[in-house]
Amino acid sequence: MTKLLRFLFFLLIVRPLVLVIIGLNVRRRSLLPAQGPAVVIANHNSHLDTLVLISLFPLCLLPKLRPVAAMDYFLRNRWLAWFALNIIGIIPLRRGVKASHDDPLAEVVVALDNDDILILFPEGSRGETERVGRFKTGIAHIAQRRPEVPMVPMVPVYLHGLGMALPKGDFVLVPFFCDVFVGEALHWQGDRKAFMNGVTECMTALSGEGRFPAWE
Amino acid sequence: MSDLAMPVIWALAGVYALLLFSSLLVKVLRHRTGSDYRELGDRIRSWWVMVVIFTLAIAVSLTISIIFLAFISFLAFKKFLSMIPTRRVDRRVIFWAFVAIPVQFYWVAIGWYGMFIIFIPVFMFLIIPARMVLAGETDGFLKAAGTLHWGLMTTVFSLSHAAFLLVLPAEKNLAGGAGLLFFLIFLTQFNDVAQYTWGKLFGKNPVVPKVSPKKTKEGLLGGVLTAVLAAWLIAPYLTPFSYQEALAAGLLIGLGGFLGDVVISAIKRDIGVKDSGNLIPGHGGIMDRVDSLTFTSPLFFHYLHYLHY
Repeated sequence: MTKLLRFLFFLLIVRPLVLVIIGLNVRRRSLLPAQGPAVVIANHNSHLDTLVLISLFPLCLLPKLRPVAAMDYFLRNRWLAWFALNIIGIIPLRRGVKASHDDPLAEVVVALDNDDILILFPEGSRGETERVGRFKTGIAHIAQRRPEVPMVPMVPVYLHGLGMALPKGDFVLVPFFCDVFVGEALHWQGDRKAFMNGVTECMTALSGEGRFPAWE
Repeated sequence: MSDLAMPVIWALAGVYALLLFSSLLVKVLRHRTGSDYRELGDRIRSWWVMVVIFTLAIAVSLTISIIFLAFISFLAFKKFLSMIPTRRVDRRVIFWAFVAIPVQFYWVAIGWYGMFIIFIPVFMFLIIPARMVLAGETDGFLKAAGTLHWGLMTTVFSLSHAAFLLVLPAEKNLAGGAGLLFFLIFLTQFNDVAQYTWGKLFGKNPVVPKVSPKKTKEGLLGGVLTAVLAAWLIAPYLTPFSYQEALAAGLLIGLGGFLGDVVISAIKRDIGVKDSGNLIPGHGGIMDRVDSLTFTSPLFFHYLHYLHY
């Protein structure tokens, strides 16, 4: 039942919203993973980011698409939690707990074993509008967990304009055409620092592709 | 198809014949020369899609036609806003500017000419800075108010004139509003293609080298003459114009189309945008298709309105 609701929500509400009201300019859509296990990593400026990234994939992949999202934010009350878990299909992630005994990434690893496609925002939360913040090393931890072959491809995606359409802390949606630049998949090579540098470099290169008007 | 007058159906059939001919021509060229004519092929394929959408938009019902044109305005205004620098504090102002689109096309739908003609030039002109003052940010105020209103004027007010053709009194014109709309849009687009083609074949001397180096005097002249000839040929079936009036209408659309095109090019140059998108393969973005219409719609409308309504 909730699976059907999720399908209808994305078919009837999210797709028209993303494709008609907002409108996307997608570069290199073919680089997106066609199947799991895979991780899509993107910069994060707006609640729309997740909806847009999910809309980039064919609807038949919807059950496989799992955004990883902050537990403290999305599970803060019953209604939001139901919506986040069942309709958006998030994997809740506990932020900032180091001393905890249980493994915060356990569910993420299960999802990858299940051939899911994870959607991850390594900045940790929606950053300063239309600026890319520093990436946290969570992605490296995930990559590290799955060293076996075939290695999980990490596909970087740069999003621009969604923070203008619906910035953090605002609820009025203003239509702007948004850019989605997909990069070549990255693979874990065994070194956390090198991997993080690779991710940052790739995102910087992607963001440099566009020529965006000022927004102050 | 119930509402469409016979001349409009024939005119549409003519356009399909033209497209069929172009598609076959590309096939023959490919066969003869071995080169793939990729851009030309893309362009013609996009024309097919646009013509089919346009046919559906004018064939189903008047309401659908107006909603279709409102949607084109929406796409163009959104594109404009995505190209120009905007201020974060103006998000709400921009929101209200978007709301002006359905409102403007509502005036068209109910045929309220007085409101249609002043709503954006007067009321939105006042509402935009008034709402901006409430936000309180004075840095870049004039520039923001000016660009927002300019965008509404070109992409919404101007283009809505094309829609108002549909609600002009039917008894004045046998082919109905759809005939007038067809005349305007066909001639504007045909003039674009003709200027491009004449320019490619004989173009040497640029008209406005700083703005658009590819626009040549030869292309402009050839295009305008072609538009005048086409207007003279089809006006008797689709419009209330006499032959002399039809020639002048062709001239107006030919020159207006050129000006609309180069004005939008100048804006793009000013803000440093090279291409305006990839919405329509082979053509670029929505702006590249409606730029000429932003001039020809109001010019043609008021010319017609003054002479016959």
